[in-house]
Amino acid sequence: MWDYSEKVKEHFYNPKNAGAAENANATGEVGSLSCGDALRLTLKVDPDSEVILDAGFQTFGCGSAIASSSALTEIIKGMTLDQALEVSNQDIADFLDGLPPEKMHCSVMGREALQAAVADYRGEVWSDDHEEGALVCKCFAIDEVMIEDTIRANNLTSVEEVTNYTKAGGGCSACHEGIENILSRVMAESGEEFVAGGVGSAVAASSPAAASAPAEAAPKTDIKRISTIMRVLEAVRPRLQADGGDCELMDIDGNTIYVNLTGACMGCQMASMTLGGIQQQLIEELGEFVRLVQVEKKADQLVGIGG
Amino acid sequence: MSDIYLDNNATTMVSPEVLEEMLPFFSEQFGNPSSLHSFGNKVGFALKKARQQVQALLGAEHDSEIIFTSCGTESDSTAILSALKAQPERKEIITTVVEHPAVLTLCEYLETEGYTVHKLEVDSKGRLDLDQYASLLSDRVAVVSVMWANNESGTIFPVEKMADMANEAGVMFHTDAVQAVGKLPINLQQSNIHMLSLSGHKLHAPKGIGVLYLKRGTRFRPLLRGGHQERGRRAGTENAAAVVGLGKACELAMQHMEFENTTVKAMRDRLEEGILAAVPYSFPTGDTDNRLPNTASIAFEYIEGEAILLLMNKVGIAASSGSACTSGSLEPSHVMRAMGIPYTAAHGTVRFSFSRYNTMEEVERVIAEVPEIVAKLRKLSPYWDGNGPAEDPEQAFAPVYA
Ligand SMILES: Cc1ncc(COP(=O)(O)O)c(C=O)c1O
Ligand code: FES
Repeated sequence: MWDYSEKVKEHFYNPKNAGAAENANATGEVGSLSCGDALRLTLKVDPDSEVILDAGFQTFGCGSAIASSSALTEIIKGMTLDQALEVSNQDIADFLDGLPPEKMHCSVMGREALQAAVADYRGEVWSDDHEEGALVCKCFAIDEVMIEDTIRANNLTSVEEVTNYTKAGGGCSACHEGIENILSRVMAESGEEFVAGGVGSAVAASSPAAASAPAEAAPKTDIKRISTIMRVLEAVRPRLQADGGDCELMDIDGNTIYVNLTGACMGCQMASMTLGGIQQQLIEELGEFVRLVQVEKKADQLVGIGG
Repeated sequence: MSDIYLDNNATTMVSPEVLEEMLPFFSEQFGNPSSLHSFGNKVGFALKKARQQVQALLGAEHDSEIIFTSCGTESDSTAILSALKAQPERKEIITTVVEHPAVLTLCEYLETEGYTVHKLEVDSKGRLDLDQYASLLSDRVAVVSVMWANNESGTIFPVEKMADMANEAGVMFHTDAVQAVGKLPINLQQSNIHMLSLSGHKLHAPKGIGVLYLKRGTRFRPLLRGGHQERGRRAGTENAAAVVGLGKACELAMQHMEFENTTVKAMRDRLEEGILAAVPYSFPTGDTDNRLPNTASIAFEYIEGEAILLLMNKVGIAASSGSACTSGSLEPSHVMRAMGIPYTAAHGTVRFSFSRYNTMEEVERVIAEVPEIVAKLRKLSPYWDGNGPAEDPEQAFAPVYA
């Protein structure tokens, strides 16, 4: 079963504004083929003020699609059309206290239905500019189309680069096989060949692409590097401490950074989000790929447990 | 009132008798069966007994044809990869579009490695075309892998006949019988099936134990090499407790075979008839004349399966939509799509799967709850209007698709 928040369940079991709005004067109908969900949003808009007086939804979809629809109608009632257009899919997800990564597209569908309804009201034709692909990276909810487009636009050639540009692959790394496959495919389009880096890669010396890479990614001198890491960690600590948590630097070993992340969100899904989030900031600040690893405080236990 | 579990094709409860049999192997009987001393020796004898219990359920000729593995998936992978390794000159595989991901995902990967995979199509009732199958058999084919019974619809494939055809053509035949073992009588010594996979947790044994049946004389290359366990065909210290549990579960399945095909079947039939009578715009999927006795797969049109499951879960009824293993995916079930079920119905397909631990009383409770749940969701559906589908539903609601 999906790990739905209480708020999602509440809006699924007792959806608000189900059914068509009465005397509606705007309708948006969108669907997502990849998941088979579809949504009709109807609005009653005050012609003078453009305020949304009433909103109703009809949804063919899973629990989170219904909850997202319900949340959307609650959020936009009372807004003007322009205000409503500012509502992002992240706002819908936040209103529901988050959605599982596999289900983020449900909130995207809500936002698109809204755009379609506003376009309908204004006599415009709405066309979808967002193409959705299969979910590749679950840690950061990044889909295939997004990765392909980013590779093409920036001529990316390695998983690390894809992680730096899209975040995909920056968490548990389970999706690296999938990212490598996408790289192989997209690079083949322009006659290039994908060469994997790291352990198990082809012998570096024989590959001109790999040979030229290190110069640019030369690691910063140790002291500068350590102080950058400390600075990023110091910056996030107050936010964690406010929730009764903390994040302490324990050790740095090559591109692995060991921290002791504690507090209210330890052990729950937030812990990985926070770890992932901090890791991403570190990657951006350092300009190199680093991995953030959670360890317990007893640093002496760190060594020699293997096997 | 306790919750009702109708998701036995996903996994089953460990029988109390099985658990009891297993417990000593976590405490006093902890020896390594390969060891010479008495600690190990007793465990060795227990494994031997379990092997014979599995042999009996499968009707295998020799107990050495039973290889214990870690799960159904491992058995499937071992069988298919072994066939390829043992016959490197053969580069083709025949399977079906409705296999479990344990076979399909592997085959898709093998395609990227240069193998040709022929996937047999099914008709609207989930049946295969044996003429198409016959035309594909050749000496280029390394292995045919066809499931005995489908996990989603329960539809049974004529694997014994297909194995005869493969054997005639000199081609190895493997069947994923994970859903069939324990529900259908099986007699492998009288068949031409060369390899068969089963999984303990589908027949009231624990999770993490499986079997690959390997007919004597079938060429074989192990997946895991190492120690001499399983006669060198699957190295790694045996999961003794689980093996013993599986043995007992097979013995129990054998005893309950008739019960499964009479009493359990009657519960399934009553549920299906009750729901179809009470819920308009619903229909059974698969080959209803030729399916597992414990499985009913019902499509509820114009609504979506996960929403149905969540509402059923709220009233204490556990069932499944599509394969439990594929629930992480957004795609409508590949099995339903293969049968050409329209997508407004394919998304609303619910699988109810029974075991001998269910009761007729539970069946009546489910029949009482389901119609209301379906009605509640249809009220939210853009394809639905009042008491029936919107007039020309595909026309009434035609969203822009991303
Ligand atoms: C037909 C079929 N094959 C294989 C499997 C996988 O078995 P296991 O979970 O033991 O790996 C399943 C279980 O869902 C199944 O239904
Ligand atoms: S799934 Fe992509 S990093 Fe975890």
